[in-house]
Amino acid sequence: MTSREVRIAQVFVQLADTMVGDFDVAELMLQLADACLELLEVDAAGLMLLDANGELRLVASAPDAMHDLEIFELQSDEGPSLDTIRTGRAVVNVDVVQATERWPRFTAQTLAAGLRSTHALPLRLRGDVIGAVNLFSKVEQRLSDGDIALGQALADVATIALLQQRASRDEWMLAEQLQVALNTRIVVEQAKGILAESSGLHPAETFHYLRTFARRTGQPLHSVAWQVIKGPLATRAVIPYESFPAES
Amino acid sequence: MAKMDRVAELLAEVQGSTTPSGFADRLVHVGRDAMNVTGVGLSLMSGAGPSAVVAATEGSAQLIEELQFSLGEGPCVDSVKSGRPVMHGDLALTATQLWPGFTAGALDAGVRAVFAFPLQVGAITLGALDFCRDAIGPLDDGDVQEAVALAAAATALLLHLQMGSQPGEVPVDLAGHLVDRAVVHQASGMIAVQIEADLADALTVLRARAFASGRPIVDVARDVVSRNLRFTRDDL
Repeated sequence: MTSREVRIAQVFVQLADTMVGDFDVAELMLQLADACLELLEVDAAGLMLLDANGELRLVASAPDAMHDLEIFELQSDEGPSLDTIRTGRAVVNVDVVQATERWPRFTAQTLAAGLRSTHALPLRLRGDVIGAVNLFSKVEQRLSDGDIALGQALADVATIALLQQRASRDEWMLAEQLQVALNTRIVVEQAKGILAESSGLHPAETFHYLRTFARRTGQPLHSVAWQVIKGPLATRAVIPYESFPAES
Repeated sequence: MAKMDRVAELLAEVQGSTTPSGFADRLVHVGRDAMNVTGVGLSLMSGAGPSAVVAATEGSAQLIEELQFSLGEGPCVDSVKSGRPVMHGDLALTATQLWPGFTAGALDAGVRAVFAFPLQVGAITLGALDFCRDAIGPLDDGDVQEAVALAAAATALLLHLQMGSQPGEVPVDLAGHLVDRAVVHQASGMIAVQIEADLADALTVLRARAFASGRPIVDVARDVVSRNLRFTRDDL
């Protein structure tokens, strides 16, 4: 095996390892987004789910400190993720510059964020599409068939994870799980705001510390976010004081 | 899955009311008529427990809400605590030990099944929407979708009511109250620290500013995150 193949195998083993017991679905989604960055050599990745209202919502993204979450969020209206969900087919190797007519708002935001190529792969569940993995590159990028298959395999892990978290006895359980996953995301954003205001960092920069704290203490991300919001967890416990920006 | 269109439709339907309590009242009646349930109730919750019954359809739903309010137990309470839907398609079978007082009272009133959906915006929990039925059985898929859409509409309504604006005076786009952009939640967190209050108050302050200045809430939130706009305790 080449070193890349070995690395791919390692990532899948690591993901499988995470999916035991009552695991943290939010953290797993983040690991998947990170894996896309590493294995597919893209510059940004987002996992999006359709919520119960048919809106497309971001549940995880990489890199951690990404500011332009808008390129994911606006795709409820237009963009490659919406297209892949509608058709159930992958939308790959799109040069954003050529897509102005197809997705005017999406194109403008993406180029403003310094990104050039995009790909979207469906999250498929028994004939239904429940979301999408959306990838971006700063340069013109063509994924090979092997890369696309690898991306789809990562997308399938995300779908399995959502089902695994709790055995799905009824249809409403899935709807519920999606809702909980989406709500977790909001709790994390709220906690990022609190950490940002108390530290002087930008909210995007605080996420790295929140996630590191969760890993170090072996707690789910949403639980750490709750502790930040409800008080017991002080900002300085999460972000070392020396990481605070100097007073301006 | 229920569509965003359905939430917008529900909100347009209840917009006809001119009083805040009328909004919620219409919503529970729309829910009762659209679903295979006997009654629908909407209760507010605080950390301490149920804080107010906002609306309930006539009959068993009113009783269910009153029971939860006075006993501090029931589907609404658990749903708000866990942040998840609570489903008891056969109340006598599954809830007797869980909520002894509530279950006894509900069964006496002829209620056989109860379901509750939380009204949440991240860590902000506003309350829950309760459904009851005089026959046992689960909610079918279509009813679950409708309940989720009703809960989304109720959340928008409550955010609007919290803001304290006068619905009769200003045409209000209630659908605009469904906030789910990351930047809005980040800004809420920052404002909570600035005004030394909780996230619910922070979101209210942010919405009020957007409303008063006629700007989209996302734009005002961006100003907060980029530190071009700050709030103080006086804004509360």
